[in-house]
Amino acid sequence: MMTNFSDPFEALFAIQRALDARKASDWMGSRTTGIGSFPPINIFQQNDDFVAIVELPGVDKNDLEIAAKEHTIRISGQKTVKYDEGASIHRRERVWGVFDRTISVPIQIDPDAVKAEYCDGVLALFIPRAESDKPRTIKIQ
Amino acid sequence: MASQQELQVQQKREVEKKQENTVPSRAFLPVTDIFETDQALTVVLEMPGVVKENVDVGVESDILTIEARIDYSKYEGLQPVYTEYNIGHYARSFRISSKIDQSEISAELKDGVMTLVLPKAEKAKPRKIKVS
Repeated sequence: MMTNFSDPFEALFAIQRALDARKASDWMGSRTTGIGSFPPINIFQQNDDFVAIVELPGVDKNDLEIAAKEHTIRISGQKTVKYDEGASIHRRERVWGVFDRTISVPIQIDPDAVKAEYCDGVLALFIPRAESDKPRTIKIQ
Repeated sequence: MASQQELQVQQKREVEKKQENTVPSRAFLPVTDIFETDQALTVVLEMPGVVKENVDVGVESDILTIEARIDYSKYEGLQPVYTEYNIGHYARSFRISSKIDQSEISAELKDGVMTLVLPKAEKAKPRKIKVS
């Protein structure tokens, strides 16, 4: 009775998009950061700093773990989906399981200053650039 | 074992509308689970980034419609540098049968997941029949 809905064309376009994104970006680099793996991440620049926005609907805050090192941020955890006991399932599209993903950041970050907010199923990571990495204006004497 | 499986990314499916929009906007189909017990039909929709003030749930001529808008203003001043998914509003509708007590439908939103409970009408609940 379990049905998963998928579109083969969508899968092809997804590969294309992933390849293009990888070529055009130095964000994930060539490390084993798992491009295209769960959860999907968008990264934005805000002035000097960066914001990573991750969609994680239905994940309990306590099941989420975030660790930051000088060049990487690791997001891991698990997602559970519960059905009422004795229920018959008509449609099952939501996925559950464990995830573990590392973002490699092409800048020096300040691991102590990374902030995380989880709200309405969206995780926002505020990644400040390390002081030592910020450009300095040099005065001409 | 099931709880240890590694998660895969699901691509968002866009809503295919019969009518065209007059305002350019993008809407996705929320990922949905539907299950049924003796008492009710439960519809669970994943809509990350949606707050409850921006959700419309309605039933009209046996069609249950869920529409949710996300707040684009949070993305103001952000320059994308690396993207893997798109964002947009959510919309989905389901035809429900007359066995549902339409006045008793309830909805709850938590962590971007909306749970709709559609209780069955009294006449549609299963009965045990005694053999005399």
